[in-house]
Order: sequence, then C-alpha cells, then structure tokens
Amino acid sequence: MINNPPMMNKPMIKAEGLHKRFGHNEVLKGVSLEMGKGEVIAVIGPSGSGKSTFLRCLNHLETINSGRIEIEGEVLASTDTAGHCQYAPDADVRRICRKMGMVFQHFNLFPHLTVLQNIIEAPITVKGVKREEIVPVAEELLRKVGLLAKRDSYPARLSGGQKQRVAIARALAMEPDIMLFDEPTSALDPELTGEVLRSMRQLAEEHMTMLVVTHEMGFAREVAQRVIFMDHGEIVEERPAAEFFASPAHPRSRAFLDNML
Amino acid sequence: MDYIFSILGPLITGTGVTLKMFLVTIVLAVPLGLALALARISHWPLLSGLVNAYIWLMRGTPLMLQMLFIYFALPFVPVVGIRLPDFPAAVVAFVLNYAAYFAEIFRAGIQSIDRGQYEGAKVLGLTYAQTMRRIVLPQMVRRILPPVSNETITLVKDTSLIYVLAMNDLLRAARGIVQRDFTTTPFIVAAAFYLAMTLVLTWGFQYLEKRYDVHDQ
Repeated sequence: MINNPPMMNKPMIKAEGLHKRFGHNEVLKGVSLEMGKGEVIAVIGPSGSGKSTFLRCLNHLETINSGRIEIEGEVLASTDTAGHCQYAPDADVRRICRKMGMVFQHFNLFPHLTVLQNIIEAPITVKGVKREEIVPVAEELLRKVGLLAKRDSYPARLSGGQKQRVAIARALAMEPDIMLFDEPTSALDPELTGEVLRSMRQLAEEHMTMLVVTHEMGFAREVAQRVIFMDHGEIVEERPAAEFFASPAHPRSRAFLDNML
Repeated sequence: MDYIFSILGPLITGTGVTLKMFLVTIVLAVPLGLALALARISHWPLLSGLVNAYIWLMRGTPLMLQMLFIYFALPFVPVVGIRLPDFPAAVVAFVLNYAAYFAEIFRAGIQSIDRGQYEGAKVLGLTYAQTMRRIVLPQMVRRILPPVSNETITLVKDTSLIYVLAMNDLLRAARGIVQRDFTTTPFIVAAAFYLAMTLVLTWGFQYLEKRYDVHDQ
C-alpha cells in the first residue's frame, strides 16, 4: 500500500448528495464523496450499483438531478433549496472538467489517428500548444507506458492492453490533476490486465489523485487507500482499503467479496 | 469507323455540358448536404424539423418537376420570384435535390460513429464543433464513401434530364444525330461515354476507400 500523502485543505473532489435518475429508475440515491490530493480511491460493487454513473456525473458525462459537485473548490453543479439543480456556464464546465482526465472501459481511442496523433490532438486543439512542444511530451508519456515503439501505429493494430495504455497517456497529456478510471481493465483479456494495472500503479506512486471504478480486487487492495463499496445507488461502506478487505462490515459487502474472491 | 469520328464533335460538346452540370452540382451539393445533415441532427427541434420537411419535399417530388418549376413557375411566385436562365435554373434544382440525398447519407454516417468517440473527445475538453471537425467527420468520410459513390454515379446519368430545358447534354446531342441520320450508333457511342465517366468515378472512389483503409489495418 502507498503511504497516504497529507490531505490538503481543499478537497480535489467534493460531491454531496448526488441524485441521478434515468426515467423512473433512480441510479444514484444521494451519493457523497470527499477526496484529497494524491488519494487513490477504488469504487467497487456489483454491476448496476451506480458506480460508473457516479464517476460519469463527476465530469459531466451525465448530468445530476440534484446534489452538489465541487472540483478543487470550484462549483460544477449545485442545487438550491427549491431543489433546482444548476450547472456552471458551459465554458466553466469545460474548464473545470479539464482538471479531470478519464480512461474508459472501451478505450475510446480515435481510430483515424495514430497513437501519437491521439495523444497530441487535445493539447493542440484545446490548449493551443505548439506541435513541436507537445510531441516530446507525448513521446515521454509513451515511453512511460512502454509504447514508444507504437508511436506511429493506428489503434486497430494494438492489443486491448496497449490501447488502454495509450488512452492513459492521452489523458495525461492534458496534465489533469485528477484521473478517473471507469472499469479500465473490464474489456481486457486476463493476461492483458497486468500491463494496464502496472501503468496505473506507477501513476499512483507519483501521487496522482485517482478515482478508480474497478472489479480488480487485487488492485483495490494494494494500491487504493480507501475503498467505496456501492450497491443499489448508495455507498454502503467506505473505509481504508486494508480494513475493508480484512473485515468488511456490511453484510452486502461481505457477500460481494465472497463472490469475487 | 469514319462515321463514329464524324459524330464525335457534337457528342464531345455534349459531354462538356454534362460534365459541367455534374461538377457544379457536386461542388455545391456536398457542402450544402453536410450543412443540412448537421442541422438535421441538431438538438434545436425547429431547425431539425424544417430540414426534415425540406428533405421530404426534395426526395418526394421528381427532380424533373423541380427543374421545370424553378425554370417556368418560379418567375411568377410573388416576392422570391426570379427568372433564371436555363443553366443556373438546372443547377439550382440539381443542387437542392442532391443536397437532400447527400444530407441523409451524411446523417447516417455521423450517427454511425460510436458514442464513445464523443465522450472520449469531451473528456479531453474538445467542444462540439471541434469534436465534429477533428473526430467525427473524418471518420464519417470512410463510411459514406460507398453510398456517396452510388449517388455520384446516379448524378452523372441524371444530368441527362436537363434536355427538358433544351440544353444540349450528351444524351440530347446523341438523340439529335439519331433523328438526323436514322442510325442508333450515336446512342452506343453515348453509352460508351457515360461508361467511361462512371469508370473514372468508380476508380476514384476505390482509390479513396483504399486510402482510408490504412486506419483499419
């Protein structure tokens, strides 16, 4: 386990009472979370528990019906006393969400661009960085995830594990303060998950703030400081990882772990 | 053989009219079709509905009728009524008509792009316009090449409709000679001309498909 760096005053993510409905189906029933700088939190739970939706609400891939989200002290969404949920203006939403990088289950690489082009696209288009400045940065990131040799390949030529490592490098190229991982290894063959988890572990060792929705209990136990167990749209249990895995308190977390291990 | 050479002159002139009609229509209808497709998928219901109605109108009536309307009836329509010479009238009808078909092809192409591409672009901070321009449209191009190739080849042959405005395209030129000389040879030569044009287009689109295929290898 990685040592817990000192918690800063301002939480990186502060979510309060998030509610989210799809039609009549309430998938988040008041989820709250406070996350400090450099913290690694694993979100686990059965499928349909709302853990992915929770993650997607944090960076505006889904909009919440009520609740409050603050990213590094800036209000992304808030709800007034009358129950009206209000988002920040579009430009602010985009700016705030840029503090968070995201890695998806299905990679979502751009198939018409090479590995290098995938990585430099957003820094050039969004931030206006010069190509000659970002290319060395991209190459360094590729070297870090062990894929410099694939610099000019198209994504279709890569294995799932390689794609996901490119996706991590692509997210990091925007220099986010927080990384969100939405089941990053769930679409991979078992023998390919190791290489992705290694890149994520390396990132955690560099004190990146990471919120990881995962089914990899080994990763959650060894890398995360805190574990959040969700079920039916609620946080059922939230404890330091070592404690949680040693003795899950809630019967539902215990049943879940028994099934997983 | 000598006879064929003797009729090539007017047929080549007719091919010039056909090609001019074809090129002007393509150059104008493709961008207009793209604009219509983007409007059609817009989240603004009024805009999307208007474009929907426009596409219904353009696909639901014969191109020849549209051409005749713009040439003969438009001058008498109050306010917007203007009298267009034959070539511009035909171009307007062809562009408005073909843009509607292209719009539906482009819309299908855009909507076939996985939602994950939009989400991947969004979390990197790209705006909707940047996502369209840099991520979605370049991928759409590869997918729409086969139907666009279809539509383009149809256009080459549809240009023969302009004979109703008394323009001397390839087919009308051939028919003139047939009626003058009482032989069907000009039709066969005209068919060869059409086939040559569509062959060039077919090769062109095959080349484009191959070029875009590098992404999938």
